[in-house]
Amino acid sequence: MAGSNIEKITAPRWLLAELTYRCPLQCGFCSNPLDFSRYKQELDTEDWVRVFQQAREIGAVQLGLSGGEPLVRQDLEVLVGEARQMGYYTNLITSTLGMNEQRLEKLQKAGLDHIQVSFQAPEEVLNDQIAGASSFLHKKRMTQAIKAAGLPVVLNIVIHKGNIDKMRDILEMCIELNVDYVELASAQYYGYALKNRDLLLPSKEQLERAEAIAHEYQEKLKGGMKIFYIIPDYYEKRPKPCMNGWGSMFLTVDPEGLAQPCHSAKLIPDIEFPNVKDHDIRSIWYDSPAFNHYRGYGWMKEPCASCDEKEKDFGGCRCQAYLLTGDADATDPVCEKSADHGLIEDAVACAGQASSNAQVFLRNRFNSEKIG
Amino acid sequence: MTERLSVQSIPKLKSLFRMQWEPAQDAHVLLYPEGMITLNDSASEILQLCDGKQDVLQLIAKLEAKFPAAGSLEADILEFLEEASANGWIEY
Ligand code: SF4
Ligand code: SF4
Repeated sequence: MAGSNIEKITAPRWLLAELTYRCPLQCGFCSNPLDFSRYKQELDTEDWVRVFQQAREIGAVQLGLSGGEPLVRQDLEVLVGEARQMGYYTNLITSTLGMNEQRLEKLQKAGLDHIQVSFQAPEEVLNDQIAGASSFLHKKRMTQAIKAAGLPVVLNIVIHKGNIDKMRDILEMCIELNVDYVELASAQYYGYALKNRDLLLPSKEQLERAEAIAHEYQEKLKGGMKIFYIIPDYYEKRPKPCMNGWGSMFLTVDPEGLAQPCHSAKLIPDIEFPNVKDHDIRSIWYDSPAFNHYRGYGWMKEPCASCDEKEKDFGGCRCQAYLLTGDADATDPVCEKSADHGLIEDAVACAGQASSNAQVFLRNRFNSEKIG
Repeated sequence: MTERLSVQSIPKLKSLFRMQWEPAQDAHVLLYPEGMITLNDSASEILQLCDGKQDVLQLIAKLEAKFPAAGSLEADILEFLEEASANGWIEY
């Protein structure tokens, strides 16, 4: 596997820096690992600057500063400044908790290019309920401040059963806030989201209604605010081309320095992911067994191995295959050709029957320590 | 903004975008939130002049002076600017 297609390895384009898993919110759809509270040995400023530099040298140009809540890191301004100097386009992915006008000004001075603000719902009560913390009014105020400062804003909202019926209000809020892009991102079932799947997965009818509204606004706002709608792959017939292929353009580094081809890859057992404290990014990207593990097509089993669509979707998501079937080499069960596709149909049926009184398992330290 | 592009228009790259030279792509690129567009040579030559300080007429004159062998560039440049504006890259 490794080595056989070495000449085809493309340079990374994206570096996602998960600066910390600390976060003041408790979203039940969070894709952070269930045991996030174990991550205490965060990389320091110097480590991150070195990682940025090394990734930049081999071609990374988009930098996502994410988490957890990246604003928790008091060195965020320094990191933004260093990254911007290196020529990265710097994207801060945040709830805005921990931001105020002064901090925003510092970030902007440091050269921050864009802020992605997450909302949970278009109104205070529901938003704060989903986030498990009072946050809506602050987010709104900070979004206005960011726009007023002249920075582009992408408003990201994770869509699920609990907020999908508010699609029209969501889009009206986006218009009111005058954001540049809207990302309607269906919950993806990893980490906490998988645990809460029955309470998050919308029904087909809900989805169709919401999609129709999103399309209506896409038409209406052509040339202005751009709306991206990512539908839940559970309702697709083919899997998503996860990360555009393992180790093809995407590199994630977690708070303790583990490098992976996507932010959940470390849940796959039997792959040893390299740490940026022990290896440089070039050798991690090109030579590590972990990054070569699912490159190319040699690893595939049937039905993917002989499928004429494998160059389109790469057999789907390895993490999803593992989480649902227990075998990370399997075809992503989202695919109708997968023998395990029934798992997806069962999940949809199960979510359809879930009691509306059931409690979301919130992402917080207490719950993390309980299961971690 | 809503009026049609003309030679008097003063095009400007929108603040959402940043243009820079990327050695890894061996090309100029447009960077924007979470994305990148690789530009060909003529697109990058034109966009570099979309600085909000000069009108299309000046822009054409500069490029024709820079590439005398290319002949009249007006039609191509206008076409590109229309497209760039439809893509939301520039405003004028
Ligand atoms: S999804 Fe919610 S809880 Fe998870 S990191 Fe983002 S804001 Fe924090
Ligand atoms: S069988 Fe595999 S390669 Fe073919 S469409 Fe399904 S997931 Fe993609």
